[in-house]
Amino acid sequence: MNTNCAVRMENINKTFGEVRANDGVNMEIRHGEILSLLGENGSGKTTLMNMLAGIYFPDDGQIFVEGREVFIRSPKDAIDLGIGMVHQHFKLVDVFTAAENIVLGMPGKVQLDRKQLSAEILEISEKYGFDIDPDKKIYDMSVSEKQTVEIIKVLYRGARILILDEPTAVLTPQETEKLFSVMRSMKEDGKSVVIITHKLHEVMAVSDRVAVLRKGEYIGDVATSGTSPLQLTEMMVGKAVSLNIDRPEPKDRVERISVQNLSVRDVEGIRKLQDVSFTAYGGEILGIAGISGCGQKELLEAIAGLQRAEHGSHIAYTDKNGEVHELIGKTPLEIEKLGVALSFVPEDRLGMGLVSDMDITDNMLLRSYQRGRGFFANRRYPRSVASEVVSELDVATPGLNTPVRELSGGNVQKVLVGREIALHPTVLMTAYAVRGLDINTSYTIYNLLTEQKMKGVAVIYVGEDLDVLLELCDRILVLCGGQVSGILDGRSATKEGVGLMMTQLGGDIHE
Amino acid sequence: MTQIIALFSAAIVFGTVILFGATGEILTEKSGNLNLGVPGIMYLGGIAGLVGAFFYESSAADPLPWVGVAVSLICSLAAAMLGGLIYSFLTITLRANQNVTGLTLTIFGSGVANFFGGSLQKLAGGVGQISVATTSSGYREVTGLADLGTVGNLLFSYGFLTYAAIVIAIAVSYFLKHTRSGLNLRAVGENPATADAAGINVTKNKYLATCIGAGISGLGGLYFVMDYTEGTWSNDGSIERLGWLAVALVIFAMWKSDKAIWGSYLFGVLFWMFLYLPGLTRASLELCKMLPYVVTIIVLIVVSMRKKRENQPPASLGLAYFREER
Repeated sequence: MNTNCAVRMENINKTFGEVRANDGVNMEIRHGEILSLLGENGSGKTTLMNMLAGIYFPDDGQIFVEGREVFIRSPKDAIDLGIGMVHQHFKLVDVFTAAENIVLGMPGKVQLDRKQLSAEILEISEKYGFDIDPDKKIYDMSVSEKQTVEIIKVLYRGARILILDEPTAVLTPQETEKLFSVMRSMKEDGKSVVIITHKLHEVMAVSDRVAVLRKGEYIGDVATSGTSPLQLTEMMVGKAVSLNIDRPEPKDRVERISVQNLSVRDVEGIRKLQDVSFTAYGGEILGIAGISGCGQKELLEAIAGLQRAEHGSHIAYTDKNGEVHELIGKTPLEIEKLGVALSFVPEDRLGMGLVSDMDITDNMLLRSYQRGRGFFANRRYPRSVASEVVSELDVATPGLNTPVRELSGGNVQKVLVGREIALHPTVLMTAYAVRGLDINTSYTIYNLLTEQKMKGVAVIYVGEDLDVLLELCDRILVLCGGQVSGILDGRSATKEGVGLMMTQLGGDIHE
Repeated sequence: MTQIIALFSAAIVFGTVILFGATGEILTEKSGNLNLGVPGIMYLGGIAGLVGAFFYESSAADPLPWVGVAVSLICSLAAAMLGGLIYSFLTITLRANQNVTGLTLTIFGSGVANFFGGSLQKLAGGVGQISVATTSSGYREVTGLADLGTVGNLLFSYGFLTYAAIVIAIAVSYFLKHTRSGLNLRAVGENPATADAAGINVTKNKYLATCIGAGISGLGGLYFVMDYTEGTWSNDGSIERLGWLAVALVIFAMWKSDKAIWGSYLFGVLFWMFLYLPGLTRASLELCKMLPYVVTIIVLIVVSMRKKRENQPPASLGLAYFREER
């Protein structure tokens, strides 16, 4: 075997109950490389890496670090071996400062010398080009800052092998670029970096080698320079897929929602939306672009009746019969009955929309029970919806009675989006519907949305990936700091143009 | 003036009981274990100390106060920590529901204590109160400083456990704020998965914090028996009442044991105020005794309104941790 191996895993098996998460996986991580670990949701990437990080213990198989066989029984063992993992859901204590989180669990003097600690942290930051305030509390930090803390934490422990689990899922393009440059400087420092991802262009941009997992099995590895996104997709999915999103021309456009001067403040009185006006038509997909937290969530929630709009705001909804309803002042239930559906996928996927301890059928029931007349809930209808969603969207689940929390992230999202579509809405709003999803599932969801559009539904799509917005949407509304920066035609807009408008109102700098 | 000093003295004695209870519970809760068995543990600590002292005094020909103190201290700590160990085993290892386990422990502790309290009376001949006067005098011994007029009366007229309570509360506070192990322990209570990933032994931390915390809480019961009631026992449920006040004090002090010190004395003042307020009837007297709870509720309201993250309970308080849970 290659002597240049930092880690070698041989014949790794891991099962969770009935599910085979890893099946005889052999792979290696070399010194001084950036390795992409690619695979669809539920293909066992995170499980495999968790076994290196000591979170899970393999059922059987061997792990070698620097050629020596090791048994990683706990995260502490992993740290001692120089393996550090940045988890997808950050493992940070909110009420601690960055420095306190970084020093957590480290041996040393009984007393904590905060001054010296800060100095050490700043030294690491300078070496790799981080930007961090050691005394800032985690709860005051942005997602990207938290991630920086996680990475420094791992480096502070002297890790030589870094595993990043979907690090870019929550970052803006600029932050992603910064992360990549940090990864490169770590590689120059002789460290091995593993990045778990399913964004192909990132794989191509940052990694030296790509290893592909499919349904728990190791498919193979290729040098990044000698491969193409198409080949990688084939390895990942097991069949050739088209990477183009089908975008038929909208037909029979009908006005569905007309928003006039919508302004929203949050509970603390901070203005989240200011004088937002636009129209959404049936038969088209309206994309909403913007940096995270610039009002997308509030906009959708205001339409769904979950946010209080300020005086002077108007949201007019035209129903199938051509009647116009004012949505402001209506309850979320009334709005839903009119045919406006919202599926929102929050950062933690489960927080809003689904109850994780309930099974798929019961989660469908959440949407339908109010329609029943009797005292008892009707389970027959939700069960038929559930089985429809499971079969049509190809949800991987042991059965309809499995609690949603036991499904993998992608399957949870399919259930969430599928449920909203099953309501046959006239307006379908989705936010981050493909957040953290692999290519195949993402395309399933894009196709579903396009299908809805062709049925005459007004689709409002909030997304993070600009490439997708540009390929999927007929029109793109760009938000900047809670205001409308502009509305572009999806077919003629450019990524740079949208990016500029996201950061600068109207994208003036261009003119 | 004498009235005020009398009130403060009573408040300090009263406060010491719940300060022990609260300090122990703060240490426990910082590890994420919500041990509602504090009253039971205080019962265990109290009765074990009493039983130890009783057997020592009845077997020794000429009992010495300091030996009685040592014997009762050891018995008390051992029994209270055993209570903590039962709780730990059930909630940490077997992952039983913390609330149910804690409440059960309270019922268990008070049952055990009152059973043995009654038995002791029988052993002692069954007439009137039993008393471990020698040991109790060891607990209530004061230094010469107590004679320094008003100041001495107010500050130095208490048994050593009163000062031990303050020292332990400050030590726990320092431990949590300024040491590595304290930081690790807080991490376990805030986010055990994070602590685990950082290489901290979650189970060990929880066990240690819960058992040591129980030991400290148990001292509250011992102090009550030896100092407050001067070495006697009565099955009147007063330890349980004080135990719940200790739990309230934890919230009042916002999980900071240094704040629990003045909080406990404040509770003492509020509790005894009815003796010194003129013109109270039987009914308004009971209302007056509610004051410590009312103050706790007010603090809860103010804290929730201010939403300062540092004043919130440990984030994973009451939750069991299992590493491979998905």
